[in-house]
Amino acid sequence: MSTVAETRREWLLSERPASRMQARLGRAYVTWRRFSANRLAMVGLFIIVALIVVAALADVLAPYSPTIGDLKNARLLPPSAQHWFGTDDLGRDILSRIIHGSRWTLFVVVLVAIIAAPIGLLVGTVAGYAGGWIDAVLMRITDIFLAFPKLVLALAFVAALGPGIENAVLAIAVTSWPPYARIARAETLTVRNSDYIKAVQLMGASPLRIVLRHIMPMCISSLIVRVTLDMAGIILTAAGLGFLGLGAQPPLPEWGAMIASGRRFILDQWWVAGAPGFAILIVSLGFNLLGDGLRDALDPRSGDQ
Amino acid sequence: MTSMLRVDQLNVVFDRFQALRGVSLDVGQGESFGLVGESGSGKSTLLRAIAGLVPVASGTIAVGGQKLGKKRDKAFYRKVQMVFQDPYGSLHPRQTVDRLLQEPLAIHGFSDGEQRIRRALDEVGLGSGFRFRYSHQLSGGQRQRVAIARALIVEPSILLLDEPTSALDASVQAEVLNLLEQVRRDRELTFLMVSHDLAVIAHMCERLMVMQNGEAVESLAATSLATRDVSQHYTRRLLKASEGFVRT
Repeated sequence: MSTVAETRREWLLSERPASRMQARLGRAYVTWRRFSANRLAMVGLFIIVALIVVAALADVLAPYSPTIGDLKNARLLPPSAQHWFGTDDLGRDILSRIIHGSRWTLFVVVLVAIIAAPIGLLVGTVAGYAGGWIDAVLMRITDIFLAFPKLVLALAFVAALGPGIENAVLAIAVTSWPPYARIARAETLTVRNSDYIKAVQLMGASPLRIVLRHIMPMCISSLIVRVTLDMAGIILTAAGLGFLGLGAQPPLPEWGAMIASGRRFILDQWWVAGAPGFAILIVSLGFNLLGDGLRDALDPRSGDQ
Repeated sequence: MTSMLRVDQLNVVFDRFQALRGVSLDVGQGESFGLVGESGSGKSTLLRAIAGLVPVASGTIAVGGQKLGKKRDKAFYRKVQMVFQDPYGSLHPRQTVDRLLQEPLAIHGFSDGEQRIRRALDEVGLGSGFRFRYSHQLSGGQRQRVAIARALIVEPSILLLDEPTSALDASVQAEVLNLLEQVRRDRELTFLMVSHDLAVIAHMCERLMVMQNGEAVESLAATSLATRDVSQHYTRRLLKASEGFVRT
């Protein structure tokens, strides 16, 4: 058994890969080894994987309904064997609400990343590569977005679009792409004058091809790191909007909204606000640890990548 | 001998610095032409101006009798290719050799890519074992061979060489120079080669031009370099300097 694993490792680390696939897998394996050597990063990865599993199996895992409570017998019960995290003011089981809320957290984070990261990448690389007035125009637009505090701008957008979790996602995405554009532009500026880009220009490649196939791959790893580190901030912004009543609307079990509703009895029934707060803390921590680990593993400047 | 590459009164200006002052040269088909001079003499700029990497202020460049406009078209890049000085910087760090060689084929729409890549690697003396390596898995000499393969894969007729061996150590330098000699003979290529090493130029080129401060100082045949038959003082000094340090 160990010999099989041994030969597989040799195959992956081979200095002379025999196919495109092997070269790619080998590279991924080296990155994975660097990542997995970092304990804290593995903890972060574990938290995020656990979040995904919980979100996927929420219907099976949750012991009670997240929206229908027992108003008569189960209002504001402290944590116990039946209700691990207690119940809220409408008699709903908080554990079940947190489990179902993980779906909304994941929904927000993934959607924001999918919308904001490509916009930032495109704006930044095009601005950096084109230079001149295109650069000036795109970067001034970026500056305008950066001039407002993120949460305030998001608040304005949600107020204009109307409250709701989809609009919160849109608002957060619209406000979070400018830093990505800045990073992508900075990376682009460092590689655009390098000989390997010159070499592709000399092959007659179109600017679009150069940006898409030769410059973007150089920017992507620092962008992944930044997005992962930002995810904690995205969760907090979403929770903040939920807390202010502009994000998820009741009875959606969104963690920020749950804290808001528990605020009224935070001193006497601390678990109502405490449990979702703790969940936000853990997941944010997980994303931060994962991001730190990815930075070490993907850093384009670290030796032989 | 028909003219393959003709440069006439070329001026290149960066901001307010004049990098090239009215340089002219004429390279015949199948000829190997050398450009020599100290650092900053404008020899690399001349090469880059021909390749279209730096803007030309005035003067004309003609390839195969055809004048080039401000923008180079795809046909130009099939005719003229370039090998850069630093093999550590001229290969994309995130691409395998395979990807690097595929790119020019994809851009120019070659259909028999698989065959061409294998042939190109064989031609520069790298077996198929190197095909799926990343550039960090290659030595300097191997990288330069890949760069040469990449330039040759579109079958150009002119190869611009920007100090192709100055970043390599002596034994690898000889290998790469021999390889270049070989492909020139096989493919009847025209070389325009920049070097500050007179020995390399004397070995590789039939004619050469000495440059200083963006100007052409003297044009001469490589044989007159050996016989010291030079007319300009600067060339003589360059020759003297290339002999190296003499203990008295």
